[in-house]
Amino acid sequence: MGQTIITWSVRIVVYVALVWFFIWTITNGYFDYLVNNFEEFSVLLRQHFQLVLISAGLAILTAIPLAILVTRPMFKRFEGIVSTIVNFGYTIPNMAILALMMGVMGIGFKTAVFALFLYSILPIFRNTLAGIQSVNSSLIDAAQGMGFKPYQILFRIELPNAAYSIIAGVRTAVVINIGAAALASLIGGGGLGNWIFTGIRVFDNGILLSGAVPLTILAVITDLILRLIERKIVPRGTRPESS
Amino acid sequence: MIQYNNVTKVYGDDITAVDQVSLNVNEGEIVVLLGPSGCGKTTLLRMVNGLETITDGDILFNGESIQSLNEIELRRKIGYVIQSNGLFPNMTIEQNVTIVPHLLKWDQNKKNERYEELMSLVGLDAEDYRKRYPHELSGGQQQRIGVIRALAADPPAMLMDEPFGALDPIIRERIQDEFLSIQRELNKTILFVSHDINEAIKMGDKIALMKNGQLMQFDTPSNILQNPANDFVSQFVGQDRTIKSLTIHFVYDLVKTIELKDSLSSSATVKKASLDTSLRDILGFVLESEEQAVAIVNEEQEIIGYLDFELINRYMVSLSSEDDPVRVP
Repeated sequence: MGQTIITWSVRIVVYVALVWFFIWTITNGYFDYLVNNFEEFSVLLRQHFQLVLISAGLAILTAIPLAILVTRPMFKRFEGIVSTIVNFGYTIPNMAILALMMGVMGIGFKTAVFALFLYSILPIFRNTLAGIQSVNSSLIDAAQGMGFKPYQILFRIELPNAAYSIIAGVRTAVVINIGAAALASLIGGGGLGNWIFTGIRVFDNGILLSGAVPLTILAVITDLILRLIERKIVPRGTRPESS
Repeated sequence: MIQYNNVTKVYGDDITAVDQVSLNVNEGEIVVLLGPSGCGKTTLLRMVNGLETITDGDILFNGESIQSLNEIELRRKIGYVIQSNGLFPNMTIEQNVTIVPHLLKWDQNKKNERYEELMSLVGLDAEDYRKRYPHELSGGQQQRIGVIRALAADPPAMLMDEPFGALDPIIRERIQDEFLSIQRELNKTILFVSHDINEAIKMGDKIALMKNGQLMQFDTPSNILQNPANDFVSQFVGQDRTIKSLTIHFVYDLVKTIELKDSLSSSATVKKASLDTSLRDILGFVLESEEQAVAIVNEEQEIIGYLDFELINRYMVSLSSEDDPVRVP
């Protein structure tokens, strides 16, 4: 009961702040820039989408199989090395990764995608690994004893029971990625970052907010969509609230 | 049906978990592997379906060496139940129960029929539980599902690794009884691991008592209780082994050799008990009642005679003199 009162009061404060924020921005005409340059906005938005989709997509396709691989008995001994490399990669600030990649690959969209890709691997890899490792060993034992083949254990037992953790990792990676993609504009990767950094440089709240607010909304909506997907994919019996 | 021939299991270089064990599980029999923890009983069980490798010796399943059989196919022919029930939390009860038939690619109708049949076997409502998940069930219900899941593809043999160990005593008793009545119908060949002597006496047609990887005695429960082969066995079965052995003898066994008393000296009313009451319960009634006796009734509830301490004692004495200790040199 106390819990719901706190939740609701926090929600009301947040909603009031949001409404106040939008009244403030609209009365100051901050979004006029967006409306007047809508064509440029749609180009930037599309670039931003591409940055996120390609880099996050590649990260998912790399990190999940990698985590599955190092949890197989055959490759278990590589788990330590791979984890260390991935963890080390994550300790480098994303700005530094961009700069490093620019040094190697030059400027442009590809460099930005590659940097974002590297940066998205860790949350997905770490969560997939933790998810698979936390599957109760008695389940694996039961499955083996009943005559599951190794791939059946992976697809019917390990992955479904790790699904919640894996998708949580993807969600974290994608949402961070959406924010980090704004930095792509620094190395000519395009995206909504163009307006944000222009706005900062010329002290123009209008340009700045025309980039920053859609970026925030994009992140929030993506998170919501991924939560819906999570509800669809994660089996009901394995959700945390169920135990 | 399951035959161990000098089976040995060594971990690493020098840790012998199972040492030269030979024993035979006949068709339709429950053999309980009994012993303290670390005695190798679980290892012995898990070698049958290839979850543990065999260092030396061989295990025959239906006369064929398990090492020559396809591991996956062999496992699908042997039901497997573990202590923590091992139900898959991502699957519904129906999916859990029918998982082996599913792996064996049965068609949907057949799976459905089998599911309903199995659920009625343990007295759970098939429709009620069909779409529910394991975490929504009580421990006892989960273990019942674990048992029928192992029975799903109608395997001739079952391996049960302390299947009822995690349940509270009252539920455990009930599920043991339930399982025994199911077994009377199905006649599976069962290897059953337990560390509880009472469970072993109750469930086992035979008991294999283990210590440090070695087989101490392999015999029927009543022989183990009456004629322990060595000090370890008699220590393990406990000081109260006579009382324990009362649990596996029933009034109907006793009346075969001993005549019940026709009447009691006084006319006071005494407690009634049926022919399928265990002598242990009878002893309890005898000690409780003022008359120190119990009236035995037949199925029509007619008193066929009276049983008192003297008769029980005479019966137990006749048992231990009947078969003298058989000691292997």
